[in-house]
This record gives sequence, structure tokens and C-alpha cells, in this order.
Amino acid sequence: MTDITLAEIMTVTAARALKNTDVCFVGIGLPSEACNLARLTHAPEITLIYESGTIGTKPNVLPLSIGDGELCETAVANVSVPEMFRYWLQGGRITVGFLSAAQLDRFGNINTTVIGDYHNPKTRLPGGGGAPEIATSCGEIFITLKHSKRAFVDQLDFFTSIGHGDGPGHRGRLGITTKGPTRLVTDLCVMLPNPDSCEFEVVSLHPGVTREQVIEATGWPLAFARNVSETAAPTAIELDALRDLKQRTTEAHAAA
Amino acid sequence: MAKIMELATAIRENVNDGDLLVMEGFTHLIPHAAAHEVIRQGYKDLTLSRMTPDLIYDQLIGMGRVKKLIFSYAGNPGVGLLLRFRDAVENQWPRALEIEEHSHAAMANAYEAGAAGLPCAVFRGYRGAGLTEVNPNIKSIECPFTGEKLAAVPALNADVAIIHAQRANKNGDVLLEGIIGVQKEAVLGAKRAVVTVEEIVDDFGDISPNAVVLPRWTINAVVVIAGGAHPSYAHGYYSRDNGFYKDWDQISRDRDVFLEWMDENVMKSGPQAFEVHVKKGPAK
Repeated sequence: MTDITLAEIMTVTAARALKNTDVCFVGIGLPSEACNLARLTHAPEITLIYESGTIGTKPNVLPLSIGDGELCETAVANVSVPEMFRYWLQGGRITVGFLSAAQLDRFGNINTTVIGDYHNPKTRLPGGGGAPEIATSCGEIFITLKHSKRAFVDQLDFFTSIGHGDGPGHRGRLGITTKGPTRLVTDLCVMLPNPDSCEFEVVSLHPGVTREQVIEATGWPLAFARNVSETAAPTAIELDALRDLKQRTTEAHAAA
Repeated sequence: MAKIMELATAIRENVNDGDLLVMEGFTHLIPHAAAHEVIRQGYKDLTLSRMTPDLIYDQLIGMGRVKKLIFSYAGNPGVGLLLRFRDAVENQWPRALEIEEHSHAAMANAYEAGAAGLPCAVFRGYRGAGLTEVNPNIKSIECPFTGEKLAAVPALNADVAIIHAQRANKNGDVLLEGIIGVQKEAVLGAKRAVVTVEEIVDDFGDISPNAVVLPRWTINAVVVIAGGAHPSYAHGYYSRDNGFYKDWDQISRDRDVFLEWMDENVMKSGPQAFEVHVKKGPAK
């Protein structure tokens, strides 16, 4: 397999984090791509849930929105939005929430609300949607996001949803009993929270990526784990499945 | 009791200046044709509520009809930002827009509390979230049994709810299915409700006993508008026009292009313009 892109390595690596037994609350965009790739490769029995109320959905192409018709048609069950947030999310049924972000800090706190001041924003973003409660009610949180200084910031402009807050113990002080962000996959590396500081540090670099590249694309002084490995390259099976999925998706959305 | 009537009459009889108006739909069954009629009738100072305000709310905001927006995610789903909303928040164009921003969980709970006749919704939420500092309508409450601190938001009770559904029977009972969002709660929590439907049938026939049916006495007006959810979709009738959502990003980018589009496609148009979309593609 030739010409593997960093974006493909990101999606494949993010997909590998999911297990066959997971019940996953799926964010639109990069998370949706990774979650469906997991379902089409090593985790065929995974339960994917979109906040529109579709439980156990198996779309043939990636949805453009969280409520595309195919999500509903291929689901095991479809429930109302209040039921989704009350019984399934708040009720503790979801093992993993898979999120992306506009801005992210070293503790995995996320901003998708505004750039600039909330009351006088430079850029008004869509807002948190389901994220504030996804971040606290799911068993754990995976985040996938392209690396850039604009996104990986030292200080968030707005605190849309909590990761590890200001560090160890913050979630517990707020009465949150779930793990929060446990894995961050970018197009350059994989990061895990340091067990002592809760700060994300690099544990593996994608093939061909240097430490300097990651440092350059990160807006905070970046930490590396003691042993940094190379991310395992995508297999032919994973790449084929991903490329087929993206091809089907492009064709379907062009025809619509 | 639901009366079957024309769209212009249904809107005129149920919507007033300054109303709290809810036009719900979670990507599916969004009442586009009805929203266009609201715009044509020139209402002022509306407060709009919706979990996922998208194109129709962008249109109402861009036309200057909205005083305040209550919401939890204001984006063009799968495409990007909502540009008329952005222009209103960032540049106060065409007027300043007051916002009350929540999370999805809070809005869903607030609609449910509204339907249940409660003054507020209680849920486990907003822990560590910045919205608690900018929205005074987010408060907390202590569970009297366990002492757990929980979030509380006011119930959402609209003056009028407008939704789109697949069909009504000739008595005016309404059936909706597929991704049902929060429409049932929005209607049952509202003082008045208007429903547009794809078609009116003699009876619903062989449906699941658990299908969502809103009895006619929960609704004020039923209006037939084939294709009335386009470019959103109606499960079983037509699929989502994803291309139009992408086009909207361009149309709404520029104030003049937007105003011209609205003049041509809304102000000088009518509900009959939606019918063409039903025949466009296979039902999905």
C-alpha cells in the first residue's frame, strides 16, 4: 500500500481504540469516520449511537448530519431526543464518547463555542450541542483532532466541556465519576493523559513524523512519555475499508 | 381541536408579534414551508427556541425578525457555521440578537418539563461547563434524598409550536415517525400548535401501536404541504437534500446575496413551491 496520508493514519489509529463491546456516542466529522471504520474492520458488533436518537446504527456511507435518514433506517432502535439524553446518556449506558473540537487544551478540555470573548466574539462557533454532558456521562472520552497551533491552545477561549479541568482531582471535586479524556489521536501522534498530571503527552509518533513537527504544531509546552514509540502503520485491510467507505460516501453525497 | 386549513390562515391565527415560537426538528422533518410563511407575514420581535437552529432560523434571523434565540447548537449540520446567525451575534446585523445558550441535554429536559407541566427540569449536567457562567437560567438544585447537586433549567413552554409530520388523518390526528427529535414535547408544552403534513389520508392503516400520534385535540391547525420539509427530509417520502445545505453556505455568506435569495425564493414564493421536491428522488 503506497501513499498513505497522515489523515488516513489518524482515522485508522482512532478506530483501533474502539472495542467490539463498546457502546459509543459518536460526534459528527472525524469521530464518525473513525467509529464507522472500527465497525467495518475489527469491531463489527460495536454499538454506535448518534444524538439524533439512533441506537446501534450501521450506515453504509458516512452521514453528512447527525440525523441523516440512513442512520435511522439501519438502527436497532430509534428513540426521542429527550429519551436519548435522559435514559441512555445520563443513565450511564454509554462506554465511550468520541469527540472533536475547535480548541483543545493540555488537559483535554474542549471549546466549540466561541473564539474571543463570549459576549463579543471574534468568531461565533455552533456551540456545545451534546458535548457538556457527553464529556461527563460517558465512561470515557476519546478525542480526535488535526494537529495545529490554532486548535491545540495554551488557554481555551471558552470552556465548552470539561476534560481533566485544571488537573488531578478536578472532575472528582465536581462530582463527576467517569474517566474523562483517556486518548487523543491527531494526524501526527497519539497522546495519553499522564497518570500523575492528567496532562496529555505524546506516546507514539505516526510513521515519518518528528518530535519537532509535533512541538511546532502545539500551542503549549509539549510533554513526551518516557518511551515514545512509532504508531503502527495502517494495514492493507484497514486502508481498503477506509478508502472504500470514503469513496461510497463521496458518491452518495454527490448524487443526493 | 385541529382544523384543516390553508398555511397563511394557520400562521395568521396562531402566531403573534413577540411570541416565543418553536419550530423543532432534529435534522429530520424541519418545517421549512411554514417558516417561510412566518417570514412572509412579517412578524416582529420573535423569540425563537430550538435545539439545532439551522437554515430556517438563519433565514428568520437574517431577515431581522428575531429578538432572542434559545438554542444548544447553531450550525449548518455537516457543513459548518450558520452565517446569518454569526453576523447577528458578531456584528449585530441586521439587529442585535439576544442569546440564551444551553446544552442539548438541558434543552431536551426543558421541553420535557414543559410538556409535563413542571416549572423546571432537573438533570445531571453542566458539570465543569462554561455556559453556567454566562447563562443565568442555568442553576443548581440539591436532591432532597441524596444531597446530590443537580442542574436545573426553566421549563420550555412556547406560545406556539410549529412542526412538520408525515401525515394526518381526515380527523386531524397527526402521525410522525423516524427521527422524532423533541417535537412531541414541543407541541405538548406549547399553548398552540400548527402542524404541516405531507398528506392527509382517510386513516393511518396498519401502523405500529407505538407510532407517535398526536391526537387532534392537542393541535390547532393542520396544513397539507407536500415537500414542506425540503431541504430537510420526510422519512418515507423524500431524502435530505444535502446539496442544498452546502449551497446555503454560499447563499448566506454575503448579505446582499442572502437578501436577494430570500426575496426570490421566500417573499415572492409560496407553499406550492415545495411540491416539486417530493418527486425529485426515491423515497428514503
